[in-house]
Amino acid sequence: MARDDVKTGYKLIGTRPNRPDGLDKVTGRARYGADFSLPGMLHAAVVRSPHAHARIVKIDASKALALDGVKAVVTRADLPTGLTGEDLNLQDNTLAGDTALYDGHAVAAVAASSALLAQDAARLIEVTYEVLPHVTDVDAAMAPGAPVIREGVADYSVPEGMHGNVARYMEFGHGDVEAGFAAADIVRAQTYKTEATHQGYIEPHACVGQMGEDGRGEMWVCTQGHWYIRRMCAAVLGIEAANLRVTPSEIGGGFGGKTTIFMEPLSLALSKKAGGRPVKLVMSRSEVLRATGPTASASMDVKLGMKTDGTITAGQVYFRMQGGAFRGMSPIGEALPCAFACYDIPALKHEAVEVIANRPKAAAYRAPGSPMAAFAVESLVDEMCRELKLDPIEVRLKNGATNGSKSSYGPVYNVIGLKETLEAAQAHPNYAIPLGPNQGRGVASGFWFNHGGETSVTLAVGEDGTATVMIGTPDIGGSRASIGLMVAETLGIPYENVRVNVVETGALGVNEPTHGSRATFASGKAAVEAARQAIAEMCRRAAADWGIDADAVEWKDGAAHPAGPNAGKFPPMTIGEIGAKMGSTGGPISGHHEVTAEGVGASFGTHVVDVEVDPETGRTTVLRYLVVQDAGTAIHPAYVEGQYQGGAAQGIGWALNEEYVYGADGRLQNPVFLDYRIPVASDLPMIDTVIIEVPNPGHPYGVRGVGETGITPPLPAVASAIAGATGARIRSLPCSPPKVLAAIKAART
Amino acid sequence: MSKIHVSTTVNGDPVEFLADPRETLLDALRNQLDLTGTKEGCGTGDCGACSVTVDGTLVCSCLMLAAEANGKRVETIEGMAREELHPLQRKFIEHAALQCGYCTPGILVAAKALLERNPDPTDTEVRYWLAGNLCRCTGYDKIIRAVQDAAAEMRQDHRGAA
Repeated sequence: MARDDVKTGYKLIGTRPNRPDGLDKVTGRARYGADFSLPGMLHAAVVRSPHAHARIVKIDASKALALDGVKAVVTRADLPTGLTGEDLNLQDNTLAGDTALYDGHAVAAVAASSALLAQDAARLIEVTYEVLPHVTDVDAAMAPGAPVIREGVADYSVPEGMHGNVARYMEFGHGDVEAGFAAADIVRAQTYKTEATHQGYIEPHACVGQMGEDGRGEMWVCTQGHWYIRRMCAAVLGIEAANLRVTPSEIGGGFGGKTTIFMEPLSLALSKKAGGRPVKLVMSRSEVLRATGPTASASMDVKLGMKTDGTITAGQVYFRMQGGAFRGMSPIGEALPCAFACYDIPALKHEAVEVIANRPKAAAYRAPGSPMAAFAVESLVDEMCRELKLDPIEVRLKNGATNGSKSSYGPVYNVIGLKETLEAAQAHPNYAIPLGPNQGRGVASGFWFNHGGETSVTLAVGEDGTATVMIGTPDIGGSRASIGLMVAETLGIPYENVRVNVVETGALGVNEPTHGSRATFASGKAAVEAARQAIAEMCRRAAADWGIDADAVEWKDGAAHPAGPNAGKFPPMTIGEIGAKMGSTGGPISGHHEVTAEGVGASFGTHVVDVEVDPETGRTTVLRYLVVQDAGTAIHPAYVEGQYQGGAAQGIGWALNEEYVYGADGRLQNPVFLDYRIPVASDLPMIDTVIIEVPNPGHPYGVRGVGETGITPPLPAVASAIAGATGARIRSLPCSPPKVLAAIKAART
Repeated sequence: MSKIHVSTTVNGDPVEFLADPRETLLDALRNQLDLTGTKEGCGTGDCGACSVTVDGTLVCSCLMLAAEANGKRVETIEGMAREELHPLQRKFIEHAALQCGYCTPGILVAAKALLERNPDPTDTEVRYWLAGNLCRCTGYDKIIRAVQDAAAEMRQDHRGAA
């Protein structure tokens, strides 16, 4: 176990030990959402709307209920009324009320003695629909004459006179934008579009729910956040949160899409109607794609002023985003602050509208809003760099945000590593490799805020001097390992002597999900504080044994040492010795820390991609790819690299292949992996990574959080590389072969 | 609908069960035999999470009916480690070639099938062989490296044994 970097003086942080859950995950023993079963368990299936927009006239379940083995059917009539706000949105999305709002919207659910029987029964539930006019495109949804799909969706922020589908409006900025444009040598404005994409986790949503007629229940579910599941299910079903105990399974990917509920309350409602028998509900892939969290689609106007030396004088954006048929689901509130977050520009104006459309209720997807914003702004920066024949990294260094600059969205940056990522990208061998015919290079930077959030962690010292850590953030990509490393470093004991467990809702205070790149940051920070508490108690126990003042004891290398005037008077007392006799020295020793974690460190990255475009077919091949990102401190560098590589791959998919394709009938045309094509192994090269470490002063070991920024730069970087290879600029993702071919032909004429 | 009696061998063990004629091999493995290591990601043969071998041939168990396994020899992820981990399993842990781990069983089964046919593949051959196994977390980089490292070790062991 060799440390990657010895300058820090850490013993364990920065090493690459095996992850504690690795053995279970390579042998098939790890239990994911659909792997859990209970005695007497029923299986459920969901009836979904085949229409983009339709009034539900009648639901007749009599034929289904007549089948032997069918135990319960649930419709909206079985759910409580009177909900408001986002609780009502969640309930409306769990089961349609009077109206089905998108293709795939759940209308009814059935539980039966086998999964095949439940599917048979679902087909026998007869739903009578009255089809209503629909709209699915973001621009079409706010065009004059577009059908208003829900009345009264606008909140207080929407100015008079906007289309009835506009749900929210937002604006902010600083400086004199018009004066900034007047001071520029060139001013350019363009419109960019991104299609909705799906998180594409390979594990479909799955849960087992059990609830008795007393409203007390349990759930086993794949989720990024089981307290969110508890709160949302309780709200939708009208039960008390404390009466629902939620245990997270291992999770087969989430990327933000498993931070909310979709079908989970149905398993509980069916269970209650079926006499309390547990009900398993597992989505098919097409259900996942039709009815769970895709990201928003976006249409974005950008205007920039630049001097011939590359100085950006002013910027302006107007974003339009749809996040489905529900208010509040598009990430306009994140996309706008991310738009210019990498820059220090004297005058900026940001404006956005959210519009609703007949699409599924969007969920978070890795740095929600930031990839779209980056596609728009970074693409235009690149267009202007090419026009002025300026090096794109030099222009970003000239205008880039740095320590102490006031961010585009208000707060002043503390210590950030954007310039370090740009300099490392510039110095990397990839940036100097000569390009051949039909090849191009693209550069882009990206940003994510990172997040702290509600966090509760307990650490218990064992009788043998080992430590058990109870965390509430599910481990999606190795966070047990990173938290174990931090705890072992703090306690001064071997990594193998720390076991980190993800525990259920009954075992800790409320934890937010693993989202916002926060698990290693926030659960790690709380775990370190819990370890420090346990250390303080162990020092007290040693001091009492030695008959000296507790202040005169210090902790190092996993043992209490007499310090100061007492130094050397007693042999060190190890954690194992203290643990062995804790029962007779005052009882169990543990540490506990809970906090709404502050001190997040903003995350920046810079990517460089080389592509080759086949001029005959328009097909783009990614030749090489470089991710440079500031991790703060890389606790387990292998899993930091993994986040960089995985984010880049998702961004490449968004840039080249992935899109939601809706037909004129408003139905999703590609709800299978064959047609919704995520990158496969033969699509990608090795993804080179450089980990920059500009420690975050807000974390005991300098962690920033690394999960999200990596998906942001690929969208503009790939499009810019294609522009370099072909002379044709794609301003509407994905850069699919037909689109690239048409753009090449148009550029030639 | 009457059920079909299926008699087969899974990971060397003789097993018998009654299959619904519509039941996939994947569902039978998971629900009848409690071998939940084999995963469903798509149910349409696009993601490879359900990869198993049947009489030595790599298949998507979601595309095969349980009844078709009658008299066949099925190998799943649960049979991959014998007295100790298969080199691929060990190298996947060492190289951090998994994040969520959901695609991992299918990729390991597929990679083992590759190395049995081609003990010294190029990176490109590994990438095309695994093109039917979707991973959304890793970007495949560490997976390719782990497979190649395992292949190198297996070649070394083979030479050592020869």
